[in-house]
Amino acid sequence: MDDLSDLYQDIILSHNKHPHNEGELDPHTGEAEGFNPLCGDRLKVYLRQAEQGKGNVEAVTFTGEGCAISKASASIMTSAVKGLSADEIEAKVAEVVDLLTDQDEPEIDLMTMGDLAALAGVRKFPARIKCATLAWHALLAALKDEASVSTEAAKK
Amino acid sequence: MNIAAVRSDFPILSREVSGKPLVYLDNGATTQKPRAVIDKISHFFEYENSNIHRGVHYLSMDATDQYDRARVRLAKMINAPEEREVLFVRGTTEAINLVTSSYGTRLQQGDEILLTLMEHHANIVPWQLLAEKRGLVIQVAGITEKGELDLDDFAAKLNSRTKVAAFTHVSNALGTINPVKEMTRLAKEQGAMVLVDGAQAVPHLCVDVQDIGCDFYAFSSHKMFGPDGVGVLWGKEKLLSSMPPYQGGGDMIEQVSFEKTTFRGIPERFEAGTPNISGAIGLGAAVDYLNGIGHAEIESYEKELLDYAGAAMGEIEGLTIHGTAEDKVGVISFTLAGIHPHDIGTILDTEGVAIRAGHHCAQPLMDHLKVSGTARASFAFYNTTQEADSLVAAICKVQKMFA
Repeated sequence: MDDLSDLYQDIILSHNKHPHNEGELDPHTGEAEGFNPLCGDRLKVYLRQAEQGKGNVEAVTFTGEGCAISKASASIMTSAVKGLSADEIEAKVAEVVDLLTDQDEPEIDLMTMGDLAALAGVRKFPARIKCATLAWHALLAALKDEASVSTEAAKK
Repeated sequence: MNIAAVRSDFPILSREVSGKPLVYLDNGATTQKPRAVIDKISHFFEYENSNIHRGVHYLSMDATDQYDRARVRLAKMINAPEEREVLFVRGTTEAINLVTSSYGTRLQQGDEILLTLMEHHANIVPWQLLAEKRGLVIQVAGITEKGELDLDDFAAKLNSRTKVAAFTHVSNALGTINPVKEMTRLAKEQGAMVLVDGAQAVPHLCVDVQDIGCDFYAFSSHKMFGPDGVGVLWGKEKLLSSMPPYQGGGDMIEQVSFEKTTFRGIPERFEAGTPNISGAIGLGAAVDYLNGIGHAEIESYEKELLDYAGAAMGEIEGLTIHGTAEDKVGVISFTLAGIHPHDIGTILDTEGVAIRAGHHCAQPLMDHLKVSGTARASFAFYNTTQEADSLVAAICKVQKMFA
């Protein structure tokens, strides 16, 4: 496959067209907006725990405007983190951000990573990496119930 | 216009990107540089480099002379009454910040500034900063569905409190050419100072500041085939001479003591420190180059190119062109149904087609258009109808991928 088909894999295009868990979550215990000031894209992530900051995450949804990469990444994320504890989510976000940004070729275990592996195609397109990380940064902010996060404030 | 000859003047146009011939359609962001400009700058550094206005030695006098002659060329290009009214600055952004910082000191609480909805952030944010500091009110004139200025709204928002009208000559996101002469006349009737942002106009149009009648006209070198990091603020002599310095430093003073410093006249008063000497000289070479081709030639060729590309893109199903003004330059802002501009930009890039995707530093306009951004193909006189065909083919590839 060439780089472009690596980026726009069928999994990505399908999540873009039919995103999972798109829409406001009612009720929710945390929400945050991820903003990429370079392109103007905004994604809002909602999550529900038993109580704000306590218990495993029961559900995650997102709303907003974004490119295929950011939308697919958000869609994949909502399924990937469901049921995890806050600590597990933090570890997952770190793992995904590493997958997208690390210089070394990643070792991808399709069995454990599932659709997440499809996001690795973005590595060849440095201009698009922040599209893929936007939702994940917003998720972390939502977990802490911070109002918003900007990709330009995040290091990766 | 001999397009093959023109293209051979621009070395970068013969390179490849992603294994395909470069189709450079991001001229609204920055333009490519002709050999004449590149050579002028290298020649300066190889044989002529020196600081200006400082030395009694040959090189310094020669560099000063060249810098001054560049100013003369720029003054002629925009038909400025006097050369000293042409200030070299870093670019359009600094030009506008110079005006807000210096001219802005005479504005009072409650004074109004009239902008338009199609302004670049560079002609919004400096005014907002000033408004916050001095308690000013910002008014915004709207646009029509075609992306033309709503002249009635503009006139309606002018009143005796309007002390500044600042607007773009050509919209960077829509390509619309504004009726700047008429807008200036209306603003002047209310006694407002008029600043025109000419960044997107100078690469396409013949500009005459006296005909427009404005007080300030700002533009950047890099958008008109010159080097980056240099640009021009033209201002009326009477205004400039009455304005306080913008930055302090060397070259802008008459006499300095710790008790009191006196300042030089224009243009030096506004050019503190060592300026971008090679940049100004390179910009002068760009003016010569453009004169060699001729503005009338450029305008008529670009009109053909725009008509051709606009018609071809208009036939693509699901493609919307934002900005269909009667009077516009070769800027085609578009969106594709269901496909985000960034995805368009990335896929076009793999076909060697360089465009800009995003909000074009015009977020209020994007909000008005109800889009998060657009894809923008912006043409220069060295682009061809074949390149427009490549753009169309690449757009079709995008649609196929996302089908």
